[in-house]
Amino acid sequence: MAIQVLIPTPLQKFTNDEASVNLEAASIDGLLQALEGRYPGIQARLCDENGKLRRFLNLYVNSEDIRFLDNQATVLSDGDEVSIVPAVAGG
Amino acid sequence: MFPVTGTDLTATLSRSTFTGLRCKECGHPYEAGARHVCEDVCFGPLEVVYDYDAIRSRVSRATIEAGPTSIWRYREFLPVEGDPIDVGTGFTPLLKADRLARRLGLSSLYIKNDGVNMPTLSFKDRVVSVALTRARELGFTTVSCASTGNLANSTAAIAAHAGLECCVFIPSDLELGKVLGTLVYNPTLMAVKGNYDQVNRLCSEVANTYGWGFVNINLRPYYSEGSKTLGYEVIEQLGWQLPDHIVAPLASGSLFTKIRKGFDEFIKVGLVEEKPVRFSGAQAEGCSPIAQAFAAGRDFITPVKPNTIAKSIAIGNPADGPYAIDIANRTGGTIAAVTDEEIIDGIKLLAEMEGVFTETAGGTTIAVLKKLVEQGKIDPSETTVAYITGNGLKTTEAIASCIGAPYTIEPQLASFNAAWAQSQASHGSKAAPA
Repeated sequence: MAIQVLIPTPLQKFTNDEASVNLEAASIDGLLQALEGRYPGIQARLCDENGKLRRFLNLYVNSEDIRFLDNQATVLSDGDEVSIVPAVAGG
Repeated sequence: MFPVTGTDLTATLSRSTFTGLRCKECGHPYEAGARHVCEDVCFGPLEVVYDYDAIRSRVSRATIEAGPTSIWRYREFLPVEGDPIDVGTGFTPLLKADRLARRLGLSSLYIKNDGVNMPTLSFKDRVVSVALTRARELGFTTVSCASTGNLANSTAAIAAHAGLECCVFIPSDLELGKVLGTLVYNPTLMAVKGNYDQVNRLCSEVANTYGWGFVNINLRPYYSEGSKTLGYEVIEQLGWQLPDHIVAPLASGSLFTKIRKGFDEFIKVGLVEEKPVRFSGAQAEGCSPIAQAFAAGRDFITPVKPNTIAKSIAIGNPADGPYAIDIANRTGGTIAAVTDEEIIDGIKLLAEMEGVFTETAGGTTIAVLKKLVEQGKIDPSETTVAYITGNGLKTTEAIASCIGAPYTIEPQLASFNAAWAQSQASHGSKAAPA
């Protein structure tokens, strides 16, 4: 599955300043592994020591928060867009 | 233009009382630039670090009382270096609410009324005054925000005053008053077809690429500090004392945590005597992810999709929710939610008892205050402060169908006499029959 991943500025130091990268993955967990495979070190920023996404990070598949889907087990389809967005406050 | 960094910053910081930024989760230090997450370690939120010894040596009750009648009387506690943008923000009334107290069965109730804050009638003027002062110091010429309405009003207004370019983003279904109250300052206004959480996500991506100062994103550590002044002012206005209990609305949870920080800082530098203060938070049932987590005993938030008239606090994915829960738990407070009907009743109750017209967020706070008293969660003897954060004239749609109508009469005494008799005959309501 070809997936487009939008990388936030703080993580672009891992992706050679690329704001968007294309990877093959069938789930969010698979995507995290694929990211680590290509950009070593990035997974430790995204996940804690148990492999769980850090609580101040939000992941969206085609604009839907993965917590409304199947969290890290969310299945990805060809052409999906995944955004990684640090939590922000406001109102 | 992008933020200054490195030696320039270090030199200018020596004049101020803040020394940099630090991750609230892991403590990792950062320079005081335009950044908001712990990008080197854990993605936790960054917060400002102060030199409290320096503050203690410069500040006393007398120096504060001699300062301007705005948030800048507390400038040593705020993360700015030079001249602030002072548009008269802050030092809003702390109203002794005796009639509402009697109605609810409390002995000592105060309303902190930021519905009359300057220049745009909500507490957001506090955070934006700080954020745009810092934005200017960091070299930004364009400022922006993602907003549920009040923040858009405030960012557009204060940017106009400061001569900064402004582009703000709101959900497209906001109340007309909040849209007009932004457009009049002539910013670029983007009405996004989505809810606030979707607007915020879009803005995070825009912030990544446009190099603007987003008050609630890359300027967030500075922005959020402005809310501390709601804590300082209540202490000062109570005669340099802490209250026993506060009730405040919860959207992202930031305001709640910063009122606590304001209290803690005044204790730390010796401006007020320490005592326990209970913190209780208010949400609308149609968007209550923090109240739900609190009720379930969780320390993490499960996001929700908002569906409530209380649009200004309709944040389904509240970034500071875990911290708000922690404060409520540590202080013996609670977090509760109320229905849209109770919110309307809260708006009307505050208006009829105290002459204060608040928006839906304030209605939420008053409705939760009432509920907590009824449930015995606020002791009648406690000195309680309810924070009213916005003005009712901005959300007239919410109450338009709930407050009756005027009697339309002829310019003749007989017509008045008939209408007056009719008004006296209708028990409870003084408005004309629909």
